[in-house]
Amino acid sequence: MSLLAIDRLSLAIHGAPILRDVSFSVDQGQIVGVIGESGSGKSMTACAVMGLLPAGAQTGGRVLFEGRDLLSTSEAEMCALRGAGIGMVFQEPMTALNPVQTIGAQVAETVLIHRAGTRAQAMARAREVLERVGLPADRFPLSRYPHELSGGQRQRVVIAMAIALRPRLLIADEPTTALDVTTQAQILRLLKRLVAEDGMGLMLITHDLGVVADMADEMVIMKDGEVVERGAGQGFFGRMKHPYTRALFEASSHVPRRAAQAEDRALLEVKGVSRDYAPARTSLLAPARRFRAVDGVSFTIRRGESLGLVGESGCGKSTLARAILGLEEVQEGEILLDGAPVFSGHHVNLAVRRRMQVVFQDPYGSFNPRWKVARLVAEPFHLLGARPPDWREQVAEMLENVGLAAADMEKYIHEFSGGQRQRIAIARALILRPELVILDEAVSALDVSIRAQILDLLADLSGRFGLTYLFISHDLSVVRAITDRVLVMRAGRIVERGRTQEVFENPQHDYTKTLIAAAPKLPQVAAE
Amino acid sequence: MLRYALKRLLSLAISLAVASVVIFVAIEVVPGDPASYMLGINARPDTVAALREELGLNMSPPERYIAWVGGLLQGDFGTSYTYRTPVAEMISERLWVSLPLALFALALSTLIAFPAGIIAATRRGSKWDLGIMGVTQLGIAVPNFWFAMLMVLVFAINLRWFSAGGFPGWEAGLLPGLKALLLPAVSLALPQASILARVMRSALLDTLDEDFIRTARAKGLTRRQVLRRHALRNALIPVLTIIGLQFSFLLAGAIIIENVFFLPGLGRLVFQSISARDLIVVESVVMLLVFAVVVVNFAVDLAYAAVDPRLRRRR
Repeated sequence: MSLLAIDRLSLAIHGAPILRDVSFSVDQGQIVGVIGESGSGKSMTACAVMGLLPAGAQTGGRVLFEGRDLLSTSEAEMCALRGAGIGMVFQEPMTALNPVQTIGAQVAETVLIHRAGTRAQAMARAREVLERVGLPADRFPLSRYPHELSGGQRQRVVIAMAIALRPRLLIADEPTTALDVTTQAQILRLLKRLVAEDGMGLMLITHDLGVVADMADEMVIMKDGEVVERGAGQGFFGRMKHPYTRALFEASSHVPRRAAQAEDRALLEVKGVSRDYAPARTSLLAPARRFRAVDGVSFTIRRGESLGLVGESGCGKSTLARAILGLEEVQEGEILLDGAPVFSGHHVNLAVRRRMQVVFQDPYGSFNPRWKVARLVAEPFHLLGARPPDWREQVAEMLENVGLAAADMEKYIHEFSGGQRQRIAIARALILRPELVILDEAVSALDVSIRAQILDLLADLSGRFGLTYLFISHDLSVVRAITDRVLVMRAGRIVERGRTQEVFENPQHDYTKTLIAAAPKLPQVAAE
Repeated sequence: MLRYALKRLLSLAISLAVASVVIFVAIEVVPGDPASYMLGINARPDTVAALREELGLNMSPPERYIAWVGGLLQGDFGTSYTYRTPVAEMISERLWVSLPLALFALALSTLIAFPAGIIAATRRGSKWDLGIMGVTQLGIAVPNFWFAMLMVLVFAINLRWFSAGGFPGWEAGLLPGLKALLLPAVSLALPQASILARVMRSALLDTLDEDFIRTARAKGLTRRQVLRRHALRNALIPVLTIIGLQFSFLLAGAIIIENVFFLPGLGRLVFQSISARDLIVVESVVMLLVFAVVVVNFAVDLAYAAVDPRLRRRR
């Protein structure tokens, strides 16, 4: 008998079908990777197992945990099972912990709520489990609060809570998606170790094939609420049959074809740039402190080139982007676009500024929801002083250039999907025909298949409009796919630079080596 | 935590010092000669001169300020010109009505608002929620003096359960005193409770949407346990802010209700002193109210820090 057997599970919320005939099982000590893009129903499957479905949910089929059908189990019995028999870890470590309780109290709560010991025993157990997930007592006393920990450390606390009572089944829903690559690798190793030590079953939900590729014993591929393919993890990609699985695999390691060639002339020159921040004062009397986010960075981007800038969160890459865009003044060094300074005096040089544009990560957050697309895309025209008389024609043409229709001008941003929104953001960036486009994590929030399409679009546009890209990302596979040269940034400094291919194949700096080793990799599989 | 408290205490002292200067300047320096203002235009010159002497107006403004603040620090608030009694006595007498009234109203408001807000939030979209939201809408819209008059009509005039106004004094005993304050406290509390219930509801709804609530449910907590252990404390921060503001308001802003019920409270004292142009009383009462507001804010700040550990580090 399987530990967890999901048998023809179907789910509708307020009549709208979410899941259809989902069947798979998890055995003891087994890691089952559940892979799908957003809207595939993978998280809802987990919620159904946990009995934490939203209001208005109707289920069909069976979810058998140790032979007991969870769908017909009462809420009181489910409460007794959650946290004790089945543990769950969520995607957002930054918000998954109660900010006003100590980590000790939150881990101990799992023990106390299931009456598995006295308060003192629960605290001792919390200490033990935190130790197990790699948070030693000397640096992480039980009295720590979540805000004193980093994202990876918080995720360890969430894992500690989930495994405190040694559940037989652990469900991890995108446990590493919000984390840096090196932290991601550590958390995945931790999960793997816990499974091996406790012999529990692990249902690992992810959108990233690379995360589960060398870890899962069993793979379940979901699309639109259905399981499209299942199979043993070992050699899965060699045997995959379903076209969607193949498409997903191809998209994950997609390399767009680029026609653009770099000229020998420099377009952007960054010379010895440093950017200091003053952290919030803690006292009126203490001397002002300085935090150097960008430290003596110099590089050049040639016309038509695509330059990658990689580094983990907090390394200063976004600050550097803001400085190049003239959104922040730098303390040292200068930034020249085609020989002209971005800053003249204390003011941004508008004549230079209009020749570069930016696309940010969050396609939704960077649009005013009350404006129509026509006005959103035409917004950069204010850099020219006035909108040209044929601005509507220009907007329509640009929308068609990015693969949308001219008629989309009259719609609002909420009517578009994530990928379409990012296309609109690109149209907005290109409307002034800039020479340099800064892509700050521009594809990081997109599903892999959408990401592949946007990368193709970017490659196509760079050829047609003679664009130069500065591609900022923490995602090494994306940077590898679309850049000619790459800079590796750490703690405000560039630690390694070179041709992308060479840096990835033969990294010199230890940090680059760590980054590349930590990045999830897909096995090499012949296309046919 | 101690550092945080000391810092807040320092900022409290600074606020008070700044407030005292502003009040002093506004009342004593700006409108010309206080003595002739207090006595009116028909006063005899020698009366004005006598009052000037009594008020110490022959001293320079900085000297007067120091004398005034020095007096305040020693509990000497000066002597009322109209009543010829020490202001400190008058205030403390009135405070014995206003403070219990404010606390009573605040307690009622909180006791009504918390359960109402929690019920509305946990049963979002239900009949309970709709009903509570409807009633609180009404509570905010209808002015409290109208409630007050309505209650006098029903409970004092028709049912004769309470007297229509006045205060017997605490010498008459605790129960008669509380009984006299009940109707005023209820009419003060209803609009406040309506506001507070709505704040409680929306704060709780926001908190219940947070990821850590889902984490707690995954640990095996029931809905009720999640609410008690995780949601309420996090929802408390905006609620505390409103409670602090309401207490300050109740202490000083009950003028209309005090008038409707004929209560000898601080609000009426201010009102009467302004009508009688008794600037000595006005100055001291305003300073006292500022003190109360600043102290309440200090208490709210400490409560924030007690509720939310993230605030103990900051500032």
